[in-house]
Amino acid sequence: MTTAGYINLIIAKYNYWIYIVLMCIGLWAMIAKRNLIKKIIGMNILQTAIILFYVSIATKKGATLPILGHHDAGHFVDYATVINPLPHVLMLTAIVVSVATLGVALALAMKIYNRYDTLEEDEIHARVRES
Amino acid sequence: MKRLGLLAVILFGALLVYGTTDFPDWGDPSSPAATHLSPYYIQHSLHDTAVPNIVTAVLADYRGYDTMFETAVIFTAGLACLFLLRVFITPKETEASGLYRHRATGITLRIGQGGRLPLGTREFERIDSQWVPYDLIIRTACSLVLPFIQLFALYVVAHGHHSPGGGFQGGVIFGAALILFAISHNLRTTLKAMPEKRTNILTGTGVLIYVGTGVLCLLLGGQFLDYAALAGLLGVDPVMARSHGILIVEIGVAIAVMAVMVSLYYNLASAGHMDEGL
Amino acid sequence: MSAHYPIFLVVAPLMAALVIAIIARERPGLCPPLAAIALTASLWSAAGMLCRVLAEGPFSYHIGNWPPPMGIAYEVDHLNALVLVAMAAVALINLITTRQAVASDFTGREGYFYALYLLFCAGTFGILVTGDAFNLYVLLEITSISGYALVGLGHRDAALASLNYVFMGTIGASLYLLGVGYLYLITGTLNMADIFSILPRLFGSKVVVAAFVIAMTGLFMKMALFPLHGWLPNAYSEAASPVRSLIAPLTTKTMIYVMVRLGLYVFPPDFTFNHLLFAKVVVWVAAAGIVCASVLALSQTSLRRMLAYVLIAEVGYMVGGFWLGNRMAITGAILHIVNDAAMTLCVFLAVGSFTHQLRDDRFATLKGCFRRMPWTMVVLATAGLSMIGVPPTCGFFSKWYLIGGALTADHWGLVAALIFSSLVNAVLFFRVFEIAYYEPFADPHQEHRPALSYAEAPATMLAPMLFTAAGLVGLGLLTGRIVTHIIDAAIPAAIL
Repeated sequence: MTTAGYINLIIAKYNYWIYIVLMCIGLWAMIAKRNLIKKIIGMNILQTAIILFYVSIATKKGATLPILGHHDAGHFVDYATVINPLPHVLMLTAIVVSVATLGVALALAMKIYNRYDTLEEDEIHARVRES
Repeated sequence: MKRLGLLAVILFGALLVYGTTDFPDWGDPSSPAATHLSPYYIQHSLHDTAVPNIVTAVLADYRGYDTMFETAVIFTAGLACLFLLRVFITPKETEASGLYRHRATGITLRIGQGGRLPLGTREFERIDSQWVPYDLIIRTACSLVLPFIQLFALYVVAHGHHSPGGGFQGGVIFGAALILFAISHNLRTTLKAMPEKRTNILTGTGVLIYVGTGVLCLLLGGQFLDYAALAGLLGVDPVMARSHGILIVEIGVAIAVMAVMVSLYYNLASAGHMDEGL
Repeated sequence: MSAHYPIFLVVAPLMAALVIAIIARERPGLCPPLAAIALTASLWSAAGMLCRVLAEGPFSYHIGNWPPPMGIAYEVDHLNALVLVAMAAVALINLITTRQAVASDFTGREGYFYALYLLFCAGTFGILVTGDAFNLYVLLEITSISGYALVGLGHRDAALASLNYVFMGTIGASLYLLGVGYLYLITGTLNMADIFSILPRLFGSKVVVAAFVIAMTGLFMKMALFPLHGWLPNAYSEAASPVRSLIAPLTTKTMIYVMVRLGLYVFPPDFTFNHLLFAKVVVWVAAAGIVCASVLALSQTSLRRMLAYVLIAEVGYMVGGFWLGNRMAITGAILHIVNDAAMTLCVFLAVGSFTHQLRDDRFATLKGCFRRMPWTMVVLATAGLSMIGVPPTCGFFSKWYLIGGALTADHWGLVAALIFSSLVNAVLFFRVFEIAYYEPFADPHQEHRPALSYAEAPATMLAPMLFTAAGLVGLGLLTGRIVTHIIDAAIPAAIL
């Protein structure tokens, strides 16, 4: 492929490249960070990256919101002029799921803090080994 | 361990890049996702459900079952936090121990475990253990804004058929209003306005409205969540019955989401003690 | 009524959970019976669905009366009807058996416990019966979140174990969601049958390959396949015993079912087994996993940790068997989903009985248990023999099919791993039996031997446990019928 071909590839899919970067950041935070809150933040970045991915699928160039006027009733709507509503529906669900996971993760982090007085993983493991 | 993690992340990124090179272009209106299933929704939802907002129609009707479980997920999260954090101790102890301020003189008393207030509770008010300055501007400003936020929340719920909005968004805004009240005043005042018991009941009730609507459709001879079966009960034609059915479940969702947001805040802010926090 | 069984199966526990959550504080006494009624209703529906599938063949239920690609449909066929009956029975038996343990482990919050228990069950049943790839994700999350909460309130380090489970579980579920997103992007649909019919045209696409690898990796993470098993030993050993005997049989087995469903009915089997090198790699990974997990099991000092590693080895059996891709091995894998659920329930109920009666399950405290808790030991021995694979218990038959399948495929690595793991299991369980058979040595400084009181569990716990143990033998004796009538029809005819 020529240089121009690569540049075209990058420009034509640039939303998708960004979600990959975000996802890797989230995953890296979950694997490498030793602080539990940072891991939770990484988890949230990971989930949000997926939301970006889905919403990117929905886009159509030059299309408008998926809300019709009542005057559209009975008329034929050209689907190319309205963005795809389905990924948005799915992501409403995914947002709720990520909020729910976040809530439970924070509750657990709070319990951990009450028990070990720290949220640094290394210190927690040291405490676990002591007892 | 860290090297292994880096390797895993790089491999994962490479896999994603590999898949992405074959993606249709971003915003391509002729991609499979835009041409297989979604045209049906765009062209038929208004005719099928009389709801102009296609996202609402798909969310609460075509894929209403997903949304029911989505509400159940948020309910589970509220329940999980309650289960994990809530400290169940007898109210006698909580009432007595803590810090109290004499209203008239401003003297602060500290009551230990099992202690009692010397004079009746009228003369004293419970205060937080961390000193928070009384801020007239913040309290007044928040109290002024609150009714408008709540009204807007109701609008977002009710107008989900015609504009961006619906049960989740409205419920979150309403919950945020209550949390704002808790932040600007304190947790105990909020608990008086919105007791914990009420949030617990509302959480369950909101989801029950959703599931109950589905079961009602079933009892009236339709499939589960087939709102058209409600036509006879609501006195409208089946298409409008779908529109009304969507509104009913959205209200259930809004109640559940609002109550869970508040319940999560209560439990996380007070570490399950429900006496003071933030 | 019978037409609505698929929805009744899921909605009965869901509604009961909502009602229980509302009345949890005021009427805690009502919660367990209500939960039992809901799960009985689910079991009844599952059994009714199995009968209907056997009589009429697969059927589907359109929720909201929208035909499948537009709306969400529940698809019932031989595969999920069989697994559903097993899972519903496991959930109900565990509920009945652990009632006393719940009352002592979760004092003051039994109501919330039962609500979360039912939500977990509703999610699991939903995963098993749904025909929509995204709906499966939502149900997966409801199961996971209630699971995290239940695990989080267990032994001392439970919160830490549970948070680790949250991290691994969320990565797994997110990868599955991403895989579904890739499939949606390339096919434009979320319905499994629809994806199945579109995919053969797209075999060359890199997106399909990426979707396949990502979704399967996510599932491997959720089912704790060997190198990705990090969350399981701690989560299972730190959880309270009623939770452990619920989550251990249901979670990993459900995920294996999802893997089978994706591999056979979402991705065409030809793609799954022949198109990529992936299948061959996974079989070797599973074989390695079986060996490593068995070795790790040998070094544990408490019964529940040992069993956690045995469980990871069992996951390797099913994954290895499935990815061999021949009829006999897949039969073994599906049969093992049911058998392993029953064995795991049985063995963890016995462990729960020890922890409830003796407050501990380290090997040292098990001394003299054949005298102290004879019936519980009978249950443990039956489950142990089944895990080793002694006929006529059910464990023997699924292992027979798995080894037969591996021999058909000439995969000597997996054969060796399976036999090695059986030998290790024999060592593990006979060591436990030996400890429990001999009583502790008398202390030379004391006149008397330490008094070993009779400490058998109450009859209400014992009866369902003995029933489960008898069920292991019963399942073993029924193997022939299950395979010819149900599993044969569950595997596509194209697989030889």
